[in-house]
Amino acid sequence: MDTSPYEALAEAAADGVEFDGLVATREGGQLLVETPEETLTAPVETPRSALAEVGEYVENWFFWHQTAPQAEPRWAFLRWLERASGHAVPERYDALEDGLSRSWGQLHVTATLDDDQRRYDLRHEADADRAATDLQRYDEPRDARDIAKLDADGEYRPLKTAPTLRSGWVFPDLDAADLVAAVDFCYPATIENWHREREDDLDISHWHETMARQTGIYGVVETWDRQEGHDHVEWVAEACCDDSQCLKRREWGYDAETPLETDGGSGVFPCREPCSIVVSAARQWTKQEGEQARTYEFELTPTEKEQLEAVVDAVAEGWIDDIRPADVRNEANKLRIRFLRAKLFDDDGNLGGVSTGEE
Amino acid sequence: MPALVIAAHGSHLNPDSSTPTFEHADTIRETGAFDAVREAFWKEEPHFREVLRTLDSDEVFVVPLFVSEGYFTEEVIPRELRLEEWDPELWDSDGTSATHATCTASDTGQTVHYCGPVGTHRAMSDVIVRRAESVTDDPDVGAGFGLAVVGHGTERNENSAKAIEYHADRIRERDRFDEVRALFMDEDPEVDDVTDFFESDDIVVVPLFIADGYHTQEDIPEDMGLTEDYRTGWETPAEVDGKRIWYSGAVGTEPLLADVILERAADAGADVEDALEMVRKRTGGAALIEQ
Repeated sequence: MDTSPYEALAEAAADGVEFDGLVATREGGQLLVETPEETLTAPVETPRSALAEVGEYVENWFFWHQTAPQAEPRWAFLRWLERASGHAVPERYDALEDGLSRSWGQLHVTATLDDDQRRYDLRHEADADRAATDLQRYDEPRDARDIAKLDADGEYRPLKTAPTLRSGWVFPDLDAADLVAAVDFCYPATIENWHREREDDLDISHWHETMARQTGIYGVVETWDRQEGHDHVEWVAEACCDDSQCLKRREWGYDAETPLETDGGSGVFPCREPCSIVVSAARQWTKQEGEQARTYEFELTPTEKEQLEAVVDAVAEGWIDDIRPADVRNEANKLRIRFLRAKLFDDDGNLGGVSTGEE
Repeated sequence: MPALVIAAHGSHLNPDSSTPTFEHADTIRETGAFDAVREAFWKEEPHFREVLRTLDSDEVFVVPLFVSEGYFTEEVIPRELRLEEWDPELWDSDGTSATHATCTASDTGQTVHYCGPVGTHRAMSDVIVRRAESVTDDPDVGAGFGLAVVGHGTERNENSAKAIEYHADRIRERDRFDEVRALFMDEDPEVDDVTDFFESDDIVVVPLFIADGYHTQEDIPEDMGLTEDYRTGWETPAEVDGKRIWYSGAVGTEPLLADVILERAADAGADVEDALEMVRKRTGGAALIEQ
């Protein structure tokens, strides 16, 4: 049988308890309990009835020491969820009755109390105001792996922190351990890295050292760093690490002495080193950036030049699918771009009929 | 209680690459033998770099879901897990005989029992045979049949071929199939000419790959002549040069592979006897030959 919170407190009080405003000690056969509001004594063997007035404090202590996962990062995450620091127990318990919510990437987590027990509701932030009954219900944390695998269009999401988590689902009734497990399946290791950062212990691996570590087909990326300056890394960060591409907040720079000027994003959890997708893309860029620039001569009308710029923008920002088929005023409209190709490309696909030439 | 990490390649492009990893992890999770079971990847998340910090246990068994000893198992995984004491010599392996080595992860201080890959474990021979049984729907398949164990093979790493030959040899010694051959995609003897290597009219072809993907679902079926175009599928068995080819999917998708993962952890000292029994019941692995 599980020990009740009251008996557990009576036992722990032998070594002294001090937590969230609750102080408990033992003297003879008596349990002495103090809170900011009350000072009570209770018999050690049967403490419950005498401690009814401070029940919330006792339940709160029990939850954080016996029920919640004890691993520091998860414990700290759960405390952060309900804004434990700076909010006294009675105030927090009142707030939990209504639910206390936080965002974590695109996740929306709400902590509540059900029969004095903390329960957690996890869903997409876009569904924050929807009734749980309108959403597809899940109870098994590992189902979050499947939710996170494909986006709303069925495209694969190799980067879990891409801002493309689909909505329409809910884990309405998780306990604390299952909540952190589900969050970890959606956004692996984010809780641990967030906690390390809060403890001033985030092990950042900057661009240069990360690329120097690579071997095999990725070993070539290190050679990209030979040139003066680090503009290339600024461009990588602008391309890959913007909030529109990844919800982690980039904390790595070129090296420990050289931060990047590109904005790292505003995510709640940090990015501690270039990810495998950045490394893969960097290999491609290392190869293409080894080419020498050369001069090509084309003739374009001002509008045609702007059309090429609009196409690059539309691809880079993911707008292509939003351009309506008959919106011929849009410079990147498919019909207008097909016209451009018909007019400017030769049969071999060369812009302006100008051959690319030998590499 | 220790934790288990199943370390797999993963993919930036193929959403199904990680499916067998997840399935085997779930099978082992349900045994409760470890404090936690976590999948980790080179191309997905959690990355090898960050998986250890997600685990509370001070002691972690890491089993690579890879076919052979080589670049990934000897260099990439230990480096990314930050096992600074690691040296391939610690495995003291002839190319297929690695069991485990114990190191400390420098970022977390955890004790890591770094195991040899599933692909070279002796029990993998049984998984290959199981695959042959399931593709022919015959629990006694053998007489009158040839068996081809197919590997990637690469001139760059001799261990890649050794793993395939190791299992082909072991299965041949059992005298269950009329003929057993090791064939490869990228070196001789090549799987393209599969029918040249067998006398038997029926040939079971089992690819020793972890996940189904480009190689097992596109390359190999087309190279063997099962189909002109992988997108149109193929018959099982398919008629090629007057012989019947029974082509199974990647061996790594076989549920019995969960058993091999546990065997790897057991060889490294994990207390998983009850879990092995549960998994064998579930995956039908009770008849394993060498216990």
